[in-house]
Amino acid sequence: MGKPTRVTNSIRALRFANGEMTQAELADRIGVTRQTIIAIEQGRYSPSLEVAFQIARVFRVPLDDVFGYPDTEQ
Amino acid sequence: MSSEEKRTWISALVGVVVPVVYLATVLTKMSGTDVARIAYVGPMLTAIGVGIGAGIVLTIVAAMVWPKDAGKTDERDREINRRGEYVGFYVMSVAAIVPLALAMAKVEHFWIAHALYLAFVLSALVSAAVKIVAYRRGW
Repeated sequence: MGKPTRVTNSIRALRFANGEMTQAELADRIGVTRQTIIAIEQGRYSPSLEVAFQIARVFRVPLDDVFGYPDTEQ
Repeated sequence: MSSEEKRTWISALVGVVVPVVYLATVLTKMSGTDVARIAYVGPMLTAIGVGIGAGIVLTIVAAMVWPKDAGKTDERDREINRRGEYVGFYVMSVAAIVPLALAMAKVEHFWIAHALYLAFVLSALVSAAVKIVAYRRGW
């Protein structure tokens, strides 16, 4: 089974670039469960726009630096 | 595993165990007996009560064992719950046709009550299964 979402993300890399922030720490800062952060990182869940913006704000980067969407249809 | 996923597993577990025990109890009374004479009302109400009670107790136990996650819920939990309940509603809607048809055919209350009970059980189990798949595989 393929990944259920085509949205890609750089959360893992951004966490490590930000003092090796843990998934639990990120989850606490944006008010979601650690399991949701894991699901987002693994591409099993596309967060709402609001949560996406909150994640970008934690890392102080634009939304495009956190999430991506492939141009091709496949 | 989030607290909501644990709750889903608990409802799936209770949704399997309680009806199986109940049906095993009632089926043992069925052999060679007129179903109209089987006292099923008490055991069925007990099964429904035990199902609700066991769900509550096990959820409290899970919260005591994993206090850190207890009660935490977020948008993903709500979306998964909504999806599961949505599918469960459709299963219930279709499954409810059976007791309706049995009532129209003036079949024994025993069969109507059990068809309705099974419709509830089926709906709850499908709902839990959809949620568990969504938690495990995403969507």
